[in-house]
Amino acid sequence: MTHAITDPIGEINKFDFRNEERYVYKARKGLDEQIVAEISALKGEPQWMREFRLESLKIFKCKPMPQWGGLIDIDFQEIYYYIKPTDRQGRSWDEVPEEIKRTFDRLGIPEAERKYLAGVKAQYESEVVYGSLREELAQRGVIFTDMDTAVREYPDLVRQYFGTIIPPADNKFAALNSAVWSGGSFIYVPPGEQIEFPLQAYFRINAANMGQFERTLIIVDEGASCHYVEGCTAPMYSSDSLHAAVVEVVAHRGARVRYTTIQNWANNIYNLVTKRAVAYADALVEWVDGNLGSRLTMKYPSVYMREPGARAEILSVAFAGPKQHQDAGAKVVHCAPHTASRIVSKSISRGGGRSSYRGLVRIEKGAHHSKSNVVCDALILDPQSESDTYPYIEIEARDVAVGHEASVSRIGEEQLFYLMSRGLTEPEASTMIVSGFIEPLVKELPMEYAVEMNRLIALQMEGSVG
Amino acid sequence: MSDVLRIEDLHVSVGGKLILRGVSLEIRRGEIHALMGPNGSGKSTLGMAIMGHPAYEVTEGRIELNGQDILSMDPHERARAGLFMAFQRPVAIPGVKMVDFLRHAATNIRRPDRKEGEELLPLREFRKELRAKMEQLRIDPEFARRYVNDGFSGGEMKRAEILQMAILRPKFAILDETDSGLDVDAVRLASQSIAEIGRREIGLLIITHHERLLEYNRPDFTHVMLGGRIVESGGPELAERLHREGYDSIRASYPEAAAYGDSLVKSAS
Repeated sequence: MTHAITDPIGEINKFDFRNEERYVYKARKGLDEQIVAEISALKGEPQWMREFRLESLKIFKCKPMPQWGGLIDIDFQEIYYYIKPTDRQGRSWDEVPEEIKRTFDRLGIPEAERKYLAGVKAQYESEVVYGSLREELAQRGVIFTDMDTAVREYPDLVRQYFGTIIPPADNKFAALNSAVWSGGSFIYVPPGEQIEFPLQAYFRINAANMGQFERTLIIVDEGASCHYVEGCTAPMYSSDSLHAAVVEVVAHRGARVRYTTIQNWANNIYNLVTKRAVAYADALVEWVDGNLGSRLTMKYPSVYMREPGARAEILSVAFAGPKQHQDAGAKVVHCAPHTASRIVSKSISRGGGRSSYRGLVRIEKGAHHSKSNVVCDALILDPQSESDTYPYIEIEARDVAVGHEASVSRIGEEQLFYLMSRGLTEPEASTMIVSGFIEPLVKELPMEYAVEMNRLIALQMEGSVG
Repeated sequence: MSDVLRIEDLHVSVGGKLILRGVSLEIRRGEIHALMGPNGSGKSTLGMAIMGHPAYEVTEGRIELNGQDILSMDPHERARAGLFMAFQRPVAIPGVKMVDFLRHAATNIRRPDRKEGEELLPLREFRKELRAKMEQLRIDPEFARRYVNDGFSGGEMKRAEILQMAILRPKFAILDETDSGLDVDAVRLASQSIAEIGRREIGLLIITHHERLLEYNRPDFTHVMLGGRIVESGGPELAERLHREGYDSIRASYPEAAAYGDSLVKSAS
């Protein structure tokens, strides 16, 4: 049964589409109490979750839009907030737009995976479907399921943590997610359990004007470890779509958690994600985050180091192409002494794209002997593109070490000439330089994602020269 | 028919400043030419112009490979046509492994009609070939996994350039001061390596100040460049004489060229 790891997609296909009956439901467009209550009722949720949603909706309504980051132009009443997976009729491969097929071809995605990605057979939207958890994991007490199921089957565990890391009032989009969330992953790893292979989930936005509001909660208990990987690729649609996810991670004493995301959104998507982890004593939390595509991404994975010895590593890459704005970065909060964090952020802008690094390092009172190091490097490929940096550093403790390095570079004529003198064309040379630039992130990825990431970059680079 | 690289009355400007003022040179595949001359005489400029660096503007003259004009070709086309230059100061490409870079380069050069995105040489076979060449050149196999010229010592950089020449097997290669910054042993090793790789297969234009690089690569022709011109040509004995006596007598014989070279050096500093 190693199949589940090497071929997660095949596994998902095999286990998911057993259900022949079509459950058709698409909430009407727009957002109000009735829709939120309907979502909750359809999911058969307990009272507390229904109240949580309704309360979140109130918060959403009073919260202002963020006044920084990028320009957000969304009509919240023009969005579908909930679609049941089987609402869409089975789409055949022939109906998949040529453009998407071509992309798949060039990505070299296997046939089964392509069909899945294109929504053939796998007609699901808000609901995340997972491959079966290996028997062995289940026996070890590991829970890996979708969030909706978790609310029903593990209510106590969910209730203990849900919304505690990122409360609805944190920001407008966290409130929105809290009101209308659907799908996402739930993982619980019991004390001392080391999961040696990555847990993976693929998900997609398939319908136009469909917001995706998945909600992920990962709890890794004392001395346990786990690596969660998600990748998304969205097809192109003309109307604007919204992706507002919330990801909460809890790393208990001595735990290790790595969360890897590669996101490649269509160019019309607003990708506004709140990701936050809490690390207790001697725990290590790592975010590895690759952002491609989207119209605007605002995402700042964060780690709150609450007890001594906690550590955080945040590695991110953003690629801003034409008409794209990547406002991404990281946030580390040192609340206890002897905590350490490292942020490495890389951004690439081309074709008029804009990438911004926005990061916060905060060392609270009493968090002495804490260390933080930030490195952010921007690569700008042409004169139309931009890059900017907004580093915030707040230090309220003594005896701490905080470093910040930033660099902005353009692809040098000398580098291009060197590679071209070895037979590479100019686009090949630029792509190679960009691949090298993001290598520190790519080498942290599981093999198949590394391959995909490099191909995605090559696709993004097309037409970048001349 | 032997391959010929022909340079005729070449004038080259950099940043509007005329550096080469009419250079003519003919190299046949298998020959070794030593190009000597003081700093600022235009030796590297000649190499860069042959390879097609965009900052080196050819204002007059021709460069032909087997009768075909190469001045309109991009550097990658020249490389695919069989030209190579070992740079004096190769640039670093951080994050790109030597093996990946070389595999890509070798694929393009061996399959000049390859379209972008088409398959590269099979990895397993290429690795084998690379390992064999590295062994021949006494290069640590770990080298293949390091990033191109990133954090390399001077000696490592030069050997990496020779390794690239060995893999890419050009018709003509310009070696730009492959001995600079190396100690005696390293120069000897480089000289041996060039001889092993070149072995009369490549037309070599060896740019150097010193004779030592020529130890294993006895030149068929020696050219002395001064003030953007080749002022004297001869056999191997000319290289030996320059090594013994320096450039003073040459400078004295060609005062105008010497003065022109000096003025360029001065204005650059």
